[in-house]
Amino acid sequence: MSKLIGLAEAAALVPDGATVSFGGFTTQRHPMAFVYELVRLKRRNLYLFGHSPGGDWDILIGAGCVKRVELAYEADEAFNTIGPRWRLAVQRGEIEWEDYSNFSMVARFTAGAMGIPFMPVRSLLGSDVVARQALTPEQRQADARTSPLKLHVMQSPFDPNDRVVLVPAIHTDFCVIHVQKATANGIVRIEGQTFADVQQALCADTVIVTAEEIVDESSLRSEPERNQVPYFAVRYVCHVPWGAHPYAAYNYYDYDPRQLKRYHDSAEDDTLYAQYLEQFVYGVKDHAQYLQVVGGAERLDGLRSAPEYGYRPDLKRRRLDA
Amino acid sequence: MSELTYTLTELMAVTAAREIMDGEVVFAGTGLPMLGAMLAQRTHAPNCIIIFEAGTIASQLAHLPMSVGDPRAMRGAAVAAGLLEVFSYVLQAGWVDVGFLSGAQIDRYGNINSTSIGADPRHPKVRFSGSGGACDIACLAQRNIIIALHEKRRFPDKVDYVTSPGWLAGGDARQRAGLVRGGPSVVVTTKGVMRFHPDTKEMYLASYHHGLTAEAVAEDTGFTLDITGAKETALPTADELHILREVVDPERVFLK
Repeated sequence: MSKLIGLAEAAALVPDGATVSFGGFTTQRHPMAFVYELVRLKRRNLYLFGHSPGGDWDILIGAGCVKRVELAYEADEAFNTIGPRWRLAVQRGEIEWEDYSNFSMVARFTAGAMGIPFMPVRSLLGSDVVARQALTPEQRQADARTSPLKLHVMQSPFDPNDRVVLVPAIHTDFCVIHVQKATANGIVRIEGQTFADVQQALCADTVIVTAEEIVDESSLRSEPERNQVPYFAVRYVCHVPWGAHPYAAYNYYDYDPRQLKRYHDSAEDDTLYAQYLEQFVYGVKDHAQYLQVVGGAERLDGLRSAPEYGYRPDLKRRRLDA
Repeated sequence: MSELTYTLTELMAVTAAREIMDGEVVFAGTGLPMLGAMLAQRTHAPNCIIIFEAGTIASQLAHLPMSVGDPRAMRGAAVAAGLLEVFSYVLQAGWVDVGFLSGAQIDRYGNINSTSIGADPRHPKVRFSGSGGACDIACLAQRNIIIALHEKRRFPDKVDYVTSPGWLAGGDARQRAGLVRGGPSVVVTTKGVMRFHPDTKEMYLASYHHGLTAEAVAEDTGFTLDITGAKETALPTADELHILREVVDPERVFLK
């Protein structure tokens, strides 16, 4: 059975107010083309769960699409150590959030994926991640999708001297992951680091996969040990080459330092940011046109991975103004 | 003999690298930790193992990653997996000898804030990225190296938010909180190197960088810093600087 649908059609399935998680990690494999569609659709009140998102969240937050987030980190690491629209949204009181750590967020996705209510971790003890809450009890009560408790510290029932932190399972309406290869019926092959894409996908009601390549089922079934997500858990598949740009997709293309610089140079300023959104999101009709606006085939060819590396060893990463 | 010239970034990378012992498992973050770990691997610690939280184990880096999830981290890795595998089976299980941490504020016990500035984190004056894996590394590595810019406001008496627990209130507070191991062993800054008293766990000045005095470093610290016995930080060697500049970061991704 084919689960292939168009990207715009897939994005339109996500309603205002939905709970969503996106795959990837800071600078790699975010489903950016899908995210741009959500921005173009002017989705509102999205409720996002993540560990270390980057510009996928930042652009959605900056475009006013997001109401509440639960996260560990929001930035592009060396490209910008704070997500600028995330920082401004918090400082201006425009977003609700709760802080966790990467391990505890991944443990929460894992609990959801395993069908259990929580997961114990040995992390967080003594930190303000345990002692303080960004969401008020009233905010938690008012939305059934937020866990009534942020976490719970308990003694091991097997050893009173052993203490763990229980973190609540996550279930989302949607999970969108961008991967290297998928089949039309939803077998998924991630190349390189898997991040927490598998756990995120398996705790969502509806999984949408965007893929660099749609391949024959036999080619993925011939090496099942390299596939990650069972196809029955995947609802829709979209063919989206360059779907993670300006972030990287191992074995396909590198991140685009020029475009990331454009983003971060504009995102600190409301006017410049509005211009960025107009130029690269609202003002283009689809991903194909976006790829033209960011530099077209000539620019993209310069980002293609060298086969022996999986990335672009000669990529110009500094002094990009020249 | 002509004096070597070096930048503070280079000095800090060299000083951090010397904290890593051969054969150790290093949980490295983006920037200076990568420089330090790669330099250690190419000098005195060829068998140290670099792990990134996004999923790569024992990479043989050929190019500096710009994020811990960079495709460059895949180069020569022994295992590529995801966050769950690294955090649970490697970090929580106790395999990581040394982690790296940094932040906007650090107190005398090495507690670190990388969440927000302001008394009420719900209404912060300045918001940062948040913990990422920092809290987990702080809790679960066998020991941690803290890297920081040394300014008075960055070393306050009390941090606004404990993102990453250090020695908490000192003494055995860490153990009492239920943490099973770890704690910061050293703080490498733009002005000197601090360590922690074995019993009280209070930070003291172990060395001040060339051109500074112990008193000047104490003056730039927001809490009282014991400077008894502080010496000058060992200078980088020509060999270390050469490897750092020509082998580790020839692209000048992080070196200034």
